[in-house]
Amino acid sequence: MTEKTASHNPLSNKERIKLPRQRVPEQEPQVRAHNFREVNLGFPPQQARQESLRCIECPKPGCIEKCPVSVNVRAVIDLILAGDYLGAAAKVREDNALPAITGRVCPVEDQCESGCVLGKKGEPVGIAYLERFVADWERESGHYGLPASAPATGRKVALIGSGPASLACAGDLIQMGHWVHVFEALHELGGVLVYGIPEFRLPKEIVHHEITVLRRRGVVFETNVVVGKTVTIDELIGEEGFDAVFIATGAGLPRFLSIPGEHFNGVYSANEFLTRVNLMRAYRFPEFDEPLYPSKDRDVIVVGGGNTAMDAVRSSLRLGAKSASIYYRRTEKEMPARVEEVHHAMEEGVHFEMLVNPVEFLGDEKGYLTAVKCIRQQLGEPDNSARRSPVPIEGSEFVVPCQVAIVAAGTSANPLIQSTTPRLATTKRGYISANEDTLATSKPGVFAGGDIVTGGATVILAMGAGRKAAKSINEYLKSLDSAANDVEKVAVN
Amino acid sequence: MFPIVAARPLARNIKLFEIKAPRIAKKQRPGQFVIVRLAETGERVPLTIADAHPEAGTVTIVVQAIGKTTMLLNMLEAGDSILDIVGPLGKPSEIEKFGTAVIVSGSVGTAMAYPTARELKRAGNKVISIVGARSKDLLVLEDAVREVSDETFVMTDDGTAGEQGLVTKKLQELVDQGVVHYVLAVGPVPMMQACANVTAPQKIKTIVSLNSIMVDGTGMCGGCRVLVNNSSQFACVDGPEFDASQVNFDVLTQRNNMYREQEKRSIERLQADPQSELKKLRENNLRRSCALDAALIEVTQ
Repeated sequence: MTEKTASHNPLSNKERIKLPRQRVPEQEPQVRAHNFREVNLGFPPQQARQESLRCIECPKPGCIEKCPVSVNVRAVIDLILAGDYLGAAAKVREDNALPAITGRVCPVEDQCESGCVLGKKGEPVGIAYLERFVADWERESGHYGLPASAPATGRKVALIGSGPASLACAGDLIQMGHWVHVFEALHELGGVLVYGIPEFRLPKEIVHHEITVLRRRGVVFETNVVVGKTVTIDELIGEEGFDAVFIATGAGLPRFLSIPGEHFNGVYSANEFLTRVNLMRAYRFPEFDEPLYPSKDRDVIVVGGGNTAMDAVRSSLRLGAKSASIYYRRTEKEMPARVEEVHHAMEEGVHFEMLVNPVEFLGDEKGYLTAVKCIRQQLGEPDNSARRSPVPIEGSEFVVPCQVAIVAAGTSANPLIQSTTPRLATTKRGYISANEDTLATSKPGVFAGGDIVTGGATVILAMGAGRKAAKSINEYLKSLDSAANDVEKVAVN
Repeated sequence: MFPIVAARPLARNIKLFEIKAPRIAKKQRPGQFVIVRLAETGERVPLTIADAHPEAGTVTIVVQAIGKTTMLLNMLEAGDSILDIVGPLGKPSEIEKFGTAVIVSGSVGTAMAYPTARELKRAGNKVISIVGARSKDLLVLEDAVREVSDETFVMTDDGTAGEQGLVTKKLQELVDQGVVHYVLAVGPVPMMQACANVTAPQKIKTIVSLNSIMVDGTGMCGGCRVLVNNSSQFACVDGPEFDASQVNFDVLTQRNNMYREQEKRSIERLQADPQSELKKLRENNLRRSCALDAALIEVTQ
């Protein structure tokens, strides 16, 4: 077959299967637990090449199938083997606008790497590390080829929010020749990539670089605009002349546990804790002004089992916590966090307490948190979500001293836009209703995607939604053009 | 970048700014606030909108220098810029015809109470204002308040202006006369709590504007949560105005004390050399606006 001869891999499949998966260099756990620098150091070229040699070039690659944006992994790996790292990066960019980001934060064990044939008997190819390698190579080389955009269409699109969904959408729309204007509520661009995900997992510099690239391609960014407050969707479409709007405002309001004592000083939502640490750089206080109730030499408990919980607990370690623990109401098996994050947290010395649920926060007379009262649980019958729901064990209450508690119990929909946009349909839980295939909402010209539609999910799923939205927005704008032509024809006749 | 078009001192440590922020100027309603950040290393602080001129595209804020950011902000003059200002945030004041509305404000709280008083007057209420301060040199916007009020009482702790005594003394007198239908109290927490206590026995509708600590101001972080009717409410999106009879003021005071130590440390750092901090801020703002110009040129080319 021609595909075989095109391969740059000199090894036979037998030889490839025998190669061990390359271990990515990391900062030592004892060292990294005390700094905010990136944990994974990334492959050097030699290791990237070595890992690429393991790919057996399946005729029907499961990795591509399992990728929410269908990156052509096989072709990328072959370009790495050919030594054409920039070409490999360009190949990723055909389907993924933010490879340096996804290469760091994608839950690959459920996506590309879960589709890798090698994973059935041994370990899958380290696809995320390879993606990150080519993206970093490209950024550090400074050879950034800006893809050519289509001629200007004269159509204006407003993107609400500057997180992963919006950035992916912006990349595609600008390429199609549309005018793209991104509105961000905060003072810094990047959404969850800058306020949520910590520096040690995704350096801000990388996010800024991707945004600079979009800016150079002509995307306009405006910070400090809270759509729903500063301007409404109807005003954007009416007075400001936007032809289409993409709402990608993210997950929204933090959920608390609704247990007594949540107002004590020292109890945080994970959103607030991470926003102070990441967006506001409170870990660099007093050089940065934003304060944080100190974790140093204190016992910190994080309630929850998702990536946000892992980010919070690992941040508190880095802030000098005496002890940092995860309290989760189910077992490790049910934890929604990425396996790698849980593993990293364990290596760094995070304590895990499973099958426990806080029932009350306790504080001193001045209102500062001193302890949390919990109850032990056991797994009962599977519930509606097919997960076995935990049942409290009577009489098993216990009290653990802690001075900082961070609640990472998920989020609910922020109603800001829904409540200020007439005729925008929402779900029972308050998220925006959007057509699964087109992401069109009930309002003509208005599309929505990412966490504001699905509820809390992943960066790559949001990016997938952004790309899907770009495609249907493009179709919608074309339909406006042909409608306008029809009107002209009628007028001429 | 948001240019300061006018700046003038109103009282000791209190300064008024008019800032070019056309989007906010166009949308703001009485009772709402903005969040301001001065520098790349700066914190986000909520500040009251005292007024706005949509045609000129400016918003007016009145700032009391109490923390590092407000101290630094009050060193700025017309011609300087504010790095970030976002808003209008929070729910606007409820404007209805209540009958007789009493607006009680303490010092800089008058800036927030003033636009609501004006709207209440326009809505047909009889507006009685009680403006309080520790001393004459801390009184602000007294003339503006007089202009929109049917009656105005000035109260100072030391008697240097108006009548000597607390605002609650005057409020109690009015309540005793039995003609009050609505009370808005804006000021320090103990003052608002005391006003709530005065009106509680007769169940007079009393609204307070809560100044809790915020970060994003859009409901995302929950840091500004206050206990209202024994449940958590977010001051930034559910407020800032709440029914005073349901507010747990002790929890508000406790939560507002959360960062006292760090706040003190930041102030000490600023006060060690305020002029060089100001110079640094101005240089960074200049660099930032040059970078913005460059980016704009690149886009238009």
